[in-house]
Amino acid sequence: MNLSRPARLALRLALVLGLGVIYVPLGVVLLNSFNSDRTFAWPPAGFTTRWWGAAWNSAGVRDALWTSVQAGLGATAIALVLGTMAAFAVQRYRFFGRDTVSLLIVLPIALPGIVTGIALNNAFRTILEPFGVGLGLFTVIVGHATFCVVTVHNNVLARLRRMGAGAEEASADLGADTFTTFRLVTFPMMRSALLAGGLLAFALSFDEIIVTTFTAGAGVRTLPIWIFENLFRPNQAPVVNVVAAALIVLSVVPIYLAQRLSGTASTH
Amino acid sequence: MFCVMPDQNVAVRLRGLRKSFGPVEAVAGVDLDIADGEFFAMLGPSGSGKTTVLRMIAGFETPTAGTVELGGRDVTRLAPFERDVNTVFQDYALFPHMSVRENVEYGLRVKKVPRAERRERAAEALRSVRLAGFEQRRPAQLSGGQRQRVALARALVNRPRVLLLDEPLGALDLKLREEMQVELKELQRRVGITFLFVTHDQEEALTMSDRVAVFDQGRIEQVGTPAEVYERPSTVFVAGFVGTSNLISGEAAEAVLGRPGTFSVRPEKLRLVLDLDAPVGDGDHSATGRIAEVVYAGAATRFVVDLDAGPRIVVLQQNLQVSSMDVTGLRETRVRLVWDRRHEFSVAS
Repeated sequence: MNLSRPARLALRLALVLGLGVIYVPLGVVLLNSFNSDRTFAWPPAGFTTRWWGAAWNSAGVRDALWTSVQAGLGATAIALVLGTMAAFAVQRYRFFGRDTVSLLIVLPIALPGIVTGIALNNAFRTILEPFGVGLGLFTVIVGHATFCVVTVHNNVLARLRRMGAGAEEASADLGADTFTTFRLVTFPMMRSALLAGGLLAFALSFDEIIVTTFTAGAGVRTLPIWIFENLFRPNQAPVVNVVAAALIVLSVVPIYLAQRLSGTASTH
Repeated sequence: MFCVMPDQNVAVRLRGLRKSFGPVEAVAGVDLDIADGEFFAMLGPSGSGKTTVLRMIAGFETPTAGTVELGGRDVTRLAPFERDVNTVFQDYALFPHMSVRENVEYGLRVKKVPRAERRERAAEALRSVRLAGFEQRRPAQLSGGQRQRVALARALVNRPRVLLLDEPLGALDLKLREEMQVELKELQRRVGITFLFVTHDQEEALTMSDRVAVFDQGRIEQVGTPAEVYERPSTVFVAGFVGTSNLISGEAAEAVLGRPGTFSVRPEKLRLVLDLDAPVGDGDHSATGRIAEVVYAGAATRFVVDLDAGPRIVVLQQNLQVSSMDVTGLRETRVRLVWDRRHEFSVAS
């Protein structure tokens, strides 16, 4: 499409402005994590890695990071198993209510986190507490899994659609039983889709705060919750800044990898 | 519609085979015997049920009724991996994440054949389809014709009792297809395995196979050698699907042939005579008409003639002495068509 020169300039400006609104503040956070001035005066007074050291040595940060990693891994594991199974069911079989099931699986990612949070909070307390299971890491994992399933489900579903059943039929035709076919053909062909879905699921869980607030009892503190709690303590500000910067880097990596994986897989 | 053979020579035996998909009956009762070592074609238009029959033999579909026997053993309810057949799929269905060698070795690998033997047999299979040296390539790095040959090698390396081919040449361009037709035929003669292949291309079926089954609407219309099917089609459908039917029926049949029924004469069996009063031989039939269209096709010319008695008949004449200048001027000319009575045959409508 040919655009006039002014139109192209205007569009380019809009792009720069739009991306700027998103990424300049993030860049400032990253910069300030190395700012030697405690009040973040602008321009930065000098370069220091003191805050990174302080954050690394903070027991609160370490605990929170470890909790977040556990929650992320747990939710991702559940999402991988359930999401894959659901994708297979929806793609490979015809059954009553198939479209409804498909919708119900995707819906949690669109539901407001606060609604999911309150609902889960009520349900956990009503159903689990009589059995002696209180709110804690386990309930956080289950809460995160409700929306993490979606990313795995969608990735695997797209891959299954593109794969078709041809390769699996060929495998059976050549003498492989169902399990061998899965091991040698189906799984290798969807491995990159699983990895992409898993990475997205982990990233989703890692920065989640609303559902976490309602499902994590008193003692459990994930990294986003730790940030939120320390946000308004002036003497913690530099460390909060470092944690925020670290979170940016940690979320970019899985998303970038997931995009690469979905991209290269399509050249199959 | 089928001939009974002694058991030990039967590679595939189908009895009363039916398959319904919901309200649609894709296969509506098929009986067929295919002999060991035969090159057998299932020919028919799309939707005639030929591919569904193939898939029931391979084990991908379970028949609604009837039985499938392979080498005298009832395999109707067995899974694909429990049957001694291998398939060359229409889209080849190669494993994209494996090299050519791994693709070809796959069947031997899942049957726990030792690695050394596997290597040797895969190399031999690749040699037999002229793909030695391509072992390390991925399917994505091969041309359509090469993928086709990998699919063949991957199936043949298992030395199945029957090789099933589902429109194996459909995705290739014309030139490559003609080469592969010859190659497939030679390969089959060399390995001696029963080839059962599905095609909608009547020329392919006639040139390659020992016998042909013509399918229509889930049923077999006729089984026979290519010559039988072409020279003596038993139904109007077969006459029309395998070549040009040139039907003469009803009042026209009474007027031209002097008897009731439906008859057919192949275009190349007709002679075009410009002298309307020329004498007609004892064993010949003839009819007069007007040339409606002339199609010059290089080696031959196709004349479309409207008979005075009614039907429209196609005549194929070799261009032995004429050129396009001569024949195209014949449009609208009145002519007499003459043919040997032995070349007209009655067909069931």
